[in-house]
Amino acid sequence: MKYGLLLRALLFSVPLVMIGCGQDEVGSNSSSSTETTDSASNADGIIVNVSDSNAQFIPVLSYRTGPYAPNGMPVANGFTEYLKVINARDGGINGVKISFEECETGYATARSIECYERLKGKGPTGASVFNPMSTGATFAITEKAPVDKIPLITMGYGRSESRNGGVFPWNFPIYGTYWTAADVLITHLGNINGGLDNLKGKKIALVYHDSPFGKEPIPLLEKRASMHNFELLKLPVTHPGVEQKSAWINIRKEQPDYVLLWGWGVMNSTAIKEATGVRYPRDQIYGIWWAGAEPDVRPAAADAIGYQAVSMISSGQAQVHKDILSYLYDAGLGSGEREGVGEVLYNVGLLNAALVVESIRTAQSKYGEKPLTGEQVRWGIENLNISEQDIQDLGLSGYMYPVNLSCSDHEGKRAARLHRWNGESWEYSTDWISADDAVLQPMVKSASDTYAKEAGLDASACDS
Amino acid sequence: MFYREAGQFKTSYKADQAVFPIFQDRVFVAIWLLIGFVVVPMLANEYVFRAIFIPVIIMALAAIGLNLLVGYCGQVSLGSGAFMAVGAYAAYNFMIRIPELNPLICFLLGGLSATVVGVIFGIPSLRIKGFYLAVATLALQFFTDWTFSRIDWFTNYTPSGSIAVQPVAVWGFIFDSPIRKYFLCLTVLLIFTIIAKNLVRGRIGRAWMATRDMDVAAEIIGIRPIYAKLSAFAVSSFFIGVAGALWAFVHLGSWEPLAFDINLSFSILFMVIIGGLGSIVGGMLGATFITLLPLFLNQLPIWLGINMSTAMVSHLEYMIFGALIIFFLAVEPLGLARIWQITKEKLRLWPFPH
Repeated sequence: MKYGLLLRALLFSVPLVMIGCGQDEVGSNSSSSTETTDSASNADGIIVNVSDSNAQFIPVLSYRTGPYAPNGMPVANGFTEYLKVINARDGGINGVKISFEECETGYATARSIECYERLKGKGPTGASVFNPMSTGATFAITEKAPVDKIPLITMGYGRSESRNGGVFPWNFPIYGTYWTAADVLITHLGNINGGLDNLKGKKIALVYHDSPFGKEPIPLLEKRASMHNFELLKLPVTHPGVEQKSAWINIRKEQPDYVLLWGWGVMNSTAIKEATGVRYPRDQIYGIWWAGAEPDVRPAAADAIGYQAVSMISSGQAQVHKDILSYLYDAGLGSGEREGVGEVLYNVGLLNAALVVESIRTAQSKYGEKPLTGEQVRWGIENLNISEQDIQDLGLSGYMYPVNLSCSDHEGKRAARLHRWNGESWEYSTDWISADDAVLQPMVKSASDTYAKEAGLDASACDS
Repeated sequence: MFYREAGQFKTSYKADQAVFPIFQDRVFVAIWLLIGFVVVPMLANEYVFRAIFIPVIIMALAAIGLNLLVGYCGQVSLGSGAFMAVGAYAAYNFMIRIPELNPLICFLLGGLSATVVGVIFGIPSLRIKGFYLAVATLALQFFTDWTFSRIDWFTNYTPSGSIAVQPVAVWGFIFDSPIRKYFLCLTVLLIFTIIAKNLVRGRIGRAWMATRDMDVAAEIIGIRPIYAKLSAFAVSSFFIGVAGALWAFVHLGSWEPLAFDINLSFSILFMVIIGGLGSIVGGMLGATFITLLPLFLNQLPIWLGINMSTAMVSHLEYMIFGALIIFFLAVEPLGLARIWQITKEKLRLWPFPH
């Protein structure tokens, strides 16, 4: 009996906490509650049950909690809302409805693997394609995907050498890898200095998230540093990145000509604030595409003006955004706030989902209009060929780029633009800048050959 | 009624010194072994193996290892994540640098490397005690974090610092399917549990416990503290090192230094505390509790058919998990193992308690 009181107190407190939390959730993120109450009436045909035997299942690894949540949430919203609007507007992909299930990873690799295992067998044909949304998780899942025969789309992240489909048949880093992004940035720095040779003697600092994600560009930057004789300062920031004083004190001391910021989540906004603290000019800081979105610059407010980042896709709205607003938000089925539709990371998630949907559509042209397996979808991704006309038909004009993948090239596009924060919004500050494939190709070759050798794979699968 | 040992006479020294002197315990352990080796493999699916059994078994091994140090010898350590990292990276380096070596030997060598590190970092325990020792072992945690992310040699110069390994192959037998991995881990756990159980029953274990209960008294009755403490560090880090190698090679398959960060050290210590200090079964119960409960809480709303956003589920998971930890510690500060013991005592009198 001694603990009876305690037990009762606990039983009371749990629902109280739940209620408190629920209210908070309504305030910050009006979605979840509307979804639960209205879904029965409005969501018919939009939110399809995972067990539906006529639907194509797409697993969603997302992170809406933890230090990466400010960035993870818009990506997840963009991704899932595109899937929902395909169901709502088009009635699915050629009539095959999409079902999806989210799994919270918290951007942690171990939890991502658990989510992968949890979701890979769901739906009538299993998971069609995984988007790990984390480079660390991509490394881990890359080892598992070939066994389970499920492809990975790692749009703008993951292993840079995985664009070589001969060695990595299941990985698709479409629209750019970190080596591509780093090369675009160096090329841009060359452009504004009147040629890459003028980088000689310059000092470029890389402030990076100390994880596979942050370390990924280092080989390329080191190679470029030796080609053009600039000095590369490597300043790691430990996860989650709220403590980076020492990196910025180093920057104040060394006064590099440029700072490249390879951060994610709270690390980015902290970096901009620290840069302000040491009075490092923001217009000399260049971010990776994961460090160039609203949540990164808004906390720093006016201090972030002039900061630029390489961009896969910027903010703004295309036709499909209007569809999302009318089909989902007007019906109370949105996952986030209305204003969030069309932000940078929302569009990243949307673009990612569009690639998934088009891959499935391509695969359907060969295997028929029914739920497909991961192996069949893999064929669809590898044979993806999106033209400007297709993009227009999808209502994504200007927000998706023509891409044509092949066995030997799983990346498809090696060019990007830079965009600049003007205090209100992101706007493109340069034209398309291409990465130099003469530099990238040999690195991809040697890195993927090493991987193939260690894993005992045949590296010439594309030759046949 | 169930645990009545009346009529079970010990007629030899052998019977008196048996690991499980009571018949019912022997039956019970046999049932558990039967469940582990026969029933589970027949029933479990891939997800259950990969996401539940394999991590729980490996963590149980680590928790038993830490329990030898914290629970039996009384030396608080926050360096378990570091020992696991040493085990994993050492096994990896032995494997790629001497490819002829049997992977299982590499795991043991990984454990031995952790032993060496453990003994070195155990030396301060001769002078500092309690919380101060915990802080000293924390230094080891940061030291290994730094070492494995900064010294490229340990990661074989992989550009991103992430290591990927192939499935473990022993004499041509590849441990690639979940069920094979499960058997590998379960066998290792069984062997190490037998070793641990016998260690703590013998001279060494008694020396540890004497040191734990009162080190001055232990010294007076002839136990050398340097020997007792360092042997506890050595054995404990060996266990944890092997667990680290299994965690990396069998469970993760690809890992980065972040996989062995301070959070892992904390969760192993929590497993030991919640499971029960100074108890082998406590390590297993604690590992099960800490590993499984979050997954269970996370999936509960889906099973119940409650439509909730993943963020909400995740927040609830943390809150309920935290509340349950406090609840169990408030109900029984000596851990789950003690609850199990009380249950046994109750069963002994059942159905006629006093």
